[in-house]
Amino acid sequence: MINPQSAALLRRIPGRAVTYAVMTVLAVIFMIPLLWMLSTSLKTRWEIMAWPPQWVPETPYWQNYADAFAKYPLARFMLNSAILVVLNIAGALISVPIISFGFARLRMPGKRLLFILMLSTMMIPGQIKLIPLFSFYNSLKLIDTYWPLILPSFFGEPFFIFLMVQYMRTIPQDLDEAARIDGASTWTILYRIILPLCKPPLTVTIVFSFLWTWNDFIHPLIYLNSFETYPISVGLAFFRGRYSVEWNLFMAATLVSIAPILIVYFFAQRYLIGGLATAGLKG
Amino acid sequence: MLSSWRKMGPQARREALEGYLCLAPWAIGFVVFTAMPLLVSIWLGFTQWTITQPPKWVGVDNYTRMFTADPLFWQSLKVTVQYVLISLPLRLVLGLGLALLLNLKVPGMNFYRTVFYIPAVISGVAVALMWMWLLQPDTGVINTLLSYAGVEGPGWFWDRNWALPSVALMSVWKVGGGAIIYLAGLQNIPPHLYEAAQIDGSNRWQRFWRITLPLLTPTIFFQLVIELIESFKVFTEAFVITQGGPLKATYFYLLYFYEEAFRNFNMGYASALALVLTLVILATTVFIYNTSDRWVYYET
Repeated sequence: MINPQSAALLRRIPGRAVTYAVMTVLAVIFMIPLLWMLSTSLKTRWEIMAWPPQWVPETPYWQNYADAFAKYPLARFMLNSAILVVLNIAGALISVPIISFGFARLRMPGKRLLFILMLSTMMIPGQIKLIPLFSFYNSLKLIDTYWPLILPSFFGEPFFIFLMVQYMRTIPQDLDEAARIDGASTWTILYRIILPLCKPPLTVTIVFSFLWTWNDFIHPLIYLNSFETYPISVGLAFFRGRYSVEWNLFMAATLVSIAPILIVYFFAQRYLIGGLATAGLKG
Repeated sequence: MLSSWRKMGPQARREALEGYLCLAPWAIGFVVFTAMPLLVSIWLGFTQWTITQPPKWVGVDNYTRMFTADPLFWQSLKVTVQYVLISLPLRLVLGLGLALLLNLKVPGMNFYRTVFYIPAVISGVAVALMWMWLLQPDTGVINTLLSYAGVEGPGWFWDRNWALPSVALMSVWKVGGGAIIYLAGLQNIPPHLYEAAQIDGSNRWQRFWRITLPLLTPTIFFQLVIELIESFKVFTEAFVITQGGPLKATYFYLLYFYEEAFRNFNMGYASALALVLTLVILATTVFIYNTSDRWVYYET
């Protein structure tokens, strides 16, 4: 005997099977490039030239990773990137909550206008600012230092401010007023009451700071000249020009360079995707 | 603003002062990192400046040269517009298609969402290097797969006719980034509309054209603008893989800008180039914005 409920469930199975089949095939196609990169990174020099190509190397040749670290200054570049990431996150965490609190919770004349002004700066292509900023840092003798890559984050990235403001506005205003009656100062309200409730936008800010800084290419390319100061993005691009390419080592190095991104992504994807989507819809 | 200030009580004034204090970091950043550079850049566009000597005012000379005597300007503008025209529609349509699939209500869909979004978080340099290896003409895995299907693969980045489409194709791999935004739009469509339409006897196709698509137009509009701006700024792929070649077939606008500014140090001329790109992007955005009331559906 099949009751109507399970009959309905059974009827849905073929449709679902098709869905899963289509999704899986597509997912595999999307992942082929990364899987091929992984496979290449585990092959010997002879295996990568084999014809027909081997999909999976017979014995994974892990030595490539050690060789990549030995041949390219990968560790140095990764450390440089990590330093930039930490300082950019610090800058964002110091500036974004304060600015957002002003926009979201405090009343002042002209606030709306300033908020619109801030949003409109997001539309300006960054390239038009590069030359003046370059000469600005040049006149301060800051070229080939990390300052140009760090300083802006301490003045609040509009995208993060926007996200944080949107979120802070959803927190009931009564909280502030009750705290104020109890004699709490504005700073106490921000750091003790509002900010602890803002974990989702704070996470998005941290994760995006990480991604953008780690992946940024054009700014370090322009501001840094010394090889040993390069972050991983510029360092990788530089290998490509400097050495004859040994693709197995090269793919190992590239995979190492994206590993931190993938790890952060897997832990934070829930916030990341959600944050992007809200920004997308309300922008 | 001043008149409202006079009407405010001491407490309101205090709050406003604290408010301005909070916004101060942003305001300083706005002046130093946005407003000033913007104005300086516009001014530099009317000068000749090679960084060693002070800028020299040359009027509209840079623009005259650009439009009448600079084949590289036209070439870079041409390939950039071509790139936009190829990659933008592909990414808009495929992104929507992927989002529709990801919106199907079956258990475990989150896993697929995670997978398709991965390409969007990887750095441009790593993605470029990876595709450079995948699309090797002789030993590359894509051409090997094609040869199994009996197709002789093209020279991709190393063929002047295929280089530009190859860069566009590469950008399609990152389509998951756009799909996530469409997905949020899809999930904002009230389910009762579909239920009502189903009761009225509509089929899936009708529901897509009559409900999904119209209600998604604000998201499509947003995606169109964002992706348009992004595709005009194509740079890293060409810088890493082709260096603008072969025969300037992928000599994108920003590559030209970068070489003029930071290799040849023609900073006056490069500023003029940057302004033209900004105006092109602005004009296209305004144009799309003006067409939007004809096709973007806003709930009232």
